[in-house]
Amino acid sequence: MRTRFRSILPSIPLSLMIFVFGILLADRITAGQIVLAGILALVIPQVSRRLEREFARIKSLKPLPRLACVVLYDIVRANIHTARLVLGPERQLKPGWVWVPLDFKNIHGITALASVITLTPGTVSAELSDDRKYLLVHALDLPDPQALIDEIKTRYEAPLKEIFP
Amino acid sequence: MNPVAEVILSLLLVVSAFFTLVGSLGLVKLSDFFRRLHGPTKATTMGVGCILVVSVFYHALIGNSFHPRELLVSVLLIVTAPISANLLAKAALSLKLKKRPQCPADETPDPEHLDSPADRRPDEL
Repeated sequence: MRTRFRSILPSIPLSLMIFVFGILLADRITAGQIVLAGILALVIPQVSRRLEREFARIKSLKPLPRLACVVLYDIVRANIHTARLVLGPERQLKPGWVWVPLDFKNIHGITALASVITLTPGTVSAELSDDRKYLLVHALDLPDPQALIDEIKTRYEAPLKEIFP
Repeated sequence: MNPVAEVILSLLLVVSAFFTLVGSLGLVKLSDFFRRLHGPTKATTMGVGCILVVSVFYHALIGNSFHPRELLVSVLLIVTAPISANLLAKAALSLKLKKRPQCPADETPDPEHLDSPADRRPDEL
């Protein structure tokens, strides 16, 4: 009975999320929209079940609002800075690669960190080392690699480590 | 609508257009692939972000009921934009770089990436 249920609904949170998103995307809620969202909520988890999944462990969401504010502020600041770099002469740029050492192994935490790094203009995260200990980051202008590493570690990694232990 | 709000929203639209323009300019102007990759990430964050903020407040101020669609758009963008940038970067790492930046973890260089025929200087593109 349980395995049967599992094969129809592999992940209840995922199905619920797809259902809610499907309803929210609709202009107004009608019976047809509910049926469509229900079908999507049943079909999409069947596809994603075939992916290799690691389950998320979330310890506490308390640092999240602060982290969101820090990231928003940094996006605005880095945008202005990068706009100036792009508009200025290109030979003043010193692009560079840097391997950022990671202190946590939680793959969802690392995904969040890599996304935050890419969302902040001027830095793009490119690759994770096989042992998940280092993240390769490309910076448009890199006068001081150690300063970038320190900034990433204190501003983003520390709060993410509290959320994803 | 309140004229002060109108001016603020218009200014935000101009800001968003400016950053989208600079992002696209970076994509055209910069010389190598990895530098160019920085342009689009800027356009999605500030450019689209400001437009979405304006859209939310505009609909709230002209008296339409609040609709969460704009928030959904921003959530989807924030989740998906880094993934495409990451895939582009990964592909370029394999195709365009003569040698990957060496990871501090493994000291011996990866022989696979030293002499592959696809080697090109990174600034050729």
